[in-house]
Amino acid sequence: MWTICKKELADHFSSTRFLILFCLILMVALVSTYMVATNIRQVLEGVSKPSNVFLLLFTTEGKFFSLVQFIAFFGPLLGIIMGFDAINRERQHRTLAKLVSQPIFRDAVINGKFLAGVITVSIALVSMMLLLTGMGLITVGVVPGWEEIGRLFVYLIVSIAYVSFWLGLAILFSILFRSLATSALAAVALWIFFSFFMGFASDLVADALSPVRNPRDPEEVVANQRVSDAASLVSPAVLYSKATSTILDPYRRSRGSVMIVGLLEKLSMERFQSPLPLDQSILVVWPYLTLLAALTLICFGLSYVIFMRQEIRSV
Amino acid sequence: MAAIIQTENLTRRYGRQVAVDGLTLEINEREIFGFLGPNGAGKTTTILMLLGLTEPTSGSARVLGYDPTRDPLEIKRQVGYLPENVGFYDDLTGRENLRFMAELNRLPEARITEKIEEALRTVGLNGEGDKLVGAYSRGMRQRLGIAELLIKDPKLLILDEPTLGLDPDGTNKMLDLVHALSRDRGITVMLSSHQLEQVQRICTRVGIMIKGKLVAVGTIEELAKRKLGEGGGMNLEEIYMRYFKEA
Ligand SMILES: Nc1ncnc2c1ncn2[C@@H]1O[C@H](COP(=O)(O)OP(=O)(O)OP(=O)(O)O)[C@@H](O)[C@H]1O
Ligand SMILES: [Mg+2]
Repeated sequence: MWTICKKELADHFSSTRFLILFCLILMVALVSTYMVATNIRQVLEGVSKPSNVFLLLFTTEGKFFSLVQFIAFFGPLLGIIMGFDAINRERQHRTLAKLVSQPIFRDAVINGKFLAGVITVSIALVSMMLLLTGMGLITVGVVPGWEEIGRLFVYLIVSIAYVSFWLGLAILFSILFRSLATSALAAVALWIFFSFFMGFASDLVADALSPVRNPRDPEEVVANQRVSDAASLVSPAVLYSKATSTILDPYRRSRGSVMIVGLLEKLSMERFQSPLPLDQSILVVWPYLTLLAALTLICFGLSYVIFMRQEIRSV
Repeated sequence: MAAIIQTENLTRRYGRQVAVDGLTLEINEREIFGFLGPNGAGKTTTILMLLGLTEPTSGSARVLGYDPTRDPLEIKRQVGYLPENVGFYDDLTGRENLRFMAELNRLPEARITEKIEEALRTVGLNGEGDKLVGAYSRGMRQRLGIAELLIKDPKLLILDEPTLGLDPDGTNKMLDLVHALSRDRGITVMLSSHQLEQVQRICTRVGIMIKGKLVAVGTIEELAKRKLGEGGGMNLEEIYMRYFKEA
């Protein structure tokens, strides 16, 4: 397994498409965070420093999006790009038959590839975080507290888990589909569905299961909303965004409520609230994390079962 | 002489089609066994079952004393298998490909380099080891495939169509190489092919498989006597055609 993992790691770091995507993400992240950082500095001028300013660097929306939204959007692509051709590329190059006729367990092939992907993602995300933090330190001039560092750390772990889910899914598709293009398209289609259309889909499910006959009846509306929320939890994208927004925003009490406020209003409002301590935040997101892990495990289990029974003929 | 490969009524069905039909076969130590048959005869399917890569529908097999369905790992450790149309990692050099295989076979680090050089020398690729495999010719790739098997010091080589797509010169080189390995190292060889006149030069015994059934086994002399009569010559092609017409 380590041999395969080592080889895959070398492949990832020398593959052009991975490097291109990573540079793109890094550049956009640097630029947008820089804009947010200067914005925060201006707002903070003359105001006494509130707590948890550092996290705002990552959650505040710049011109278009916050860094967290950006990673939530592009992280899956990273996972897909590393996994979609994991097995079928070996099949196409006729190296799979050779690989499975070596004295290794068949699951070591999947494990090695998955592990290499997770390591690559971790290295990419951690190095990016360090860069951004360094830049934030310089431009905002605020040193993050231990708790903020802890939150960022948890955020990193959740993000790695999220990208790993997409990696696992992409590997599953690379086993299911013999053609590289098909498995890439299938993974991207699912990604688009979960990221953009999950809202509609869960509303449809909710309308089917507990329809609102009378829009004035608050109970019916609430029930409908509950079902819709529950249905949207199948989507790893929803799980991830709920988990990270709770982790990075200590003022968020429940898992739902969304308020649209400007940066300054937000800062002044927070003076009257006490933030949720880190361990409480983790407690709040724990169910989401478990669900995310469960989804990844399902992908994995399916991959094993299918790959073990698959015919390895080189045609 | 000990049997290296032994099968009993080995059968494999794909749906209603029988790919291998009640194959009973024995291959002994130090033999070069030619496994002959036209396209779709079931040669590859048989080989996959011997390596535990496909489950037999019924019947049993033993390779080096191990059961392929229960002990595939032990078999894979000691058997060098060259798949038909073998592939390589084209963006790695020949040496890097060999190193990867050596590591998968858990060769001790200290011996890997030495093993790689020895294997390259044996197949005559020592000058080309640092070229990317993507730039190899068909013949070179096929020889690199053999080098990959030699890394693990196999007791048995199973070669699926090792001469496929080679020109006459390449075919001869390949056969000479296999012959030398069997003679110098005492390796047992099972090779499948449908290019009869070529493999008959090195095979000690052949089996002819048609539509999943083994229709004949024996030395070329035996088969010739049986089909062409005394003094009928020793042309395997001729023998083969007769079996083929009967089937
Ligand atoms: N996965 C499969 N599903 C259905 N039928 C299959 C499958 N694999 C093989 N077959 C059938 O089994 C038969 C034997 O195939 P096999 O590949 O063993 O032949 P072969 O002797 O190796 O032929 P060739 O010389 O073309 O390599 C063929 O008729 C083939 O169609
Ligand atoms: Mg074949």
